[in-house]
Amino acid sequence: MKKSFGSSEILKDINLQLERGETIVTLGKSGTGKSVTLKCIVGLITPDSGLVQVLGKNIPDLSYNELQEVRKRIGFIFQGGALYDSMSVRQNLEFPLVRNSKLNRQEIDKKVEEVLNDVGLLEAIDKMPSELSGGMRKRIGVARTIIMNPEIMLWDEPTTGLDPETTRDISRLIVSMQEKYKVSSIVVTHDMICANMVANRILVLNDGAYGSSGTYKELADSTDEFVRSFFEEV
Amino acid sequence: MLENIIPRSVQKVLIEIWGMVNFSGRYFKHVLAPPYELNEQLRQFFEIGYKSLGLVSITGFIIGFVLALQAIPTLEPFGATALVPAMISIGIVREIGPVITGLICAGKIGSGIGAEIGSMKVTEQIDAMEVSACNPFKYLVITRITATTLMIPLLIVYADTIALLGGYLALYLVSDTSLQVYFSQIFDTIGFEDVVPATIKTFFFGFTIGVVGCYKGYTADKGTASVGVAANTSVVIASLMVIIWDMIAVQITNLLF
Repeated sequence: MKKSFGSSEILKDINLQLERGETIVTLGKSGTGKSVTLKCIVGLITPDSGLVQVLGKNIPDLSYNELQEVRKRIGFIFQGGALYDSMSVRQNLEFPLVRNSKLNRQEIDKKVEEVLNDVGLLEAIDKMPSELSGGMRKRIGVARTIIMNPEIMLWDEPTTGLDPETTRDISRLIVSMQEKYKVSSIVVTHDMICANMVANRILVLNDGAYGSSGTYKELADSTDEFVRSFFEEV
Repeated sequence: MLENIIPRSVQKVLIEIWGMVNFSGRYFKHVLAPPYELNEQLRQFFEIGYKSLGLVSITGFIIGFVLALQAIPTLEPFGATALVPAMISIGIVREIGPVITGLICAGKIGSGIGAEIGSMKVTEQIDAMEVSACNPFKYLVITRITATTLMIPLLIVYADTIALLGGYLALYLVSDTSLQVYFSQIFDTIGFEDVVPATIKTFFFGFTIGVVGCYKGYTADKGTASVGVAANTSVVIASLMVIIWDMIAVQITNLLF
């Protein structure tokens, strides 16, 4: 897959394969196209060339309605949570469910409470997003995504801007989501605490292409200077 | 070839106009197609219609009151104060009521829509709706444009009525005219050709205010500054469009009646 913005070639040669049940972490410096890759996968950005095969469908070839059907099976966690700020937590969680499922009122209420319980924030059900901390907003974002039972989760910088303890909490949440819901995940981050806790495999994005890859331990032992720069901060 | 001949600023304006025309086309394509966002539609009727009543009432009352106060001393030397109700009713119903209320709505509603949708765009809330397989165009744009198209004409008719009452109060303070005489003179003066074209153009005002606000918000760039830009340009373009629609409507009305 390739993608340019104007004269700037962001993704030069991206080749990525996610296996069922696997969690891949993508490491890379800011502005190297990690989030662009995720947005191409979910059809928010169209790549200039290449294939984006998701759940058997090539995303750039799909009509809007076909794309929406694929999106129902993918969860996307935004960096800032992207909670709908005019709605309460309950309404945020109901929003996709009301539109994309045939559940009745009681079933929706039950499902909302169930996922809030999973992220440990049942007490925030009637709060507005403005009343929540950064970590809580991210957890609610996760709850809003898992409520649709996605098969694939895309995490865009899930721990950016959080303190180390909350980073560990969110990383534990990613692992628990993987264990409980058996989802396949791609986690974009440059946070090594998170990468260590969640990754089955790590890919390092450098100059528009994936360079080194391996487990956390393998990359920690790498002699590549660029790869080492991520581990030096740990 | 044309890119080299047309100045860059003109190109930008043409691209904006084309973008808004496309956006309007998208609205007509989706407005009647399911799924329908009925709850959000009702909420927008309330937000755009009911919550503008206070501002529109005050503005309408002052317009009528001031217009009558200005008209009385002008017509008095000619012994024509009896024509004040006719004069202010024609002025308010045909022109001043729709245009001033349209401009007020462009400021209040246009900027509100531009800022709200712009802020949702910047904070990725629109993308979040998109990736959760919910159509943000249906939820955010269709509901708001429909609400402005239907509510702004109602607000303008309401503002005209309040303005006529304001005019009556001014006249009553000066000449002790009865309400019955005042309104019977008004109904004798204004006819189909005054009310219908003036009402039809208000639908265009409402539609344009909704389209411009939604388009500027929906196409806002990344960054918080772009929210301010979206709100500001929504007001400027919507106000300008209200004036342009008014000019076109007057020309067409003059041709037809």
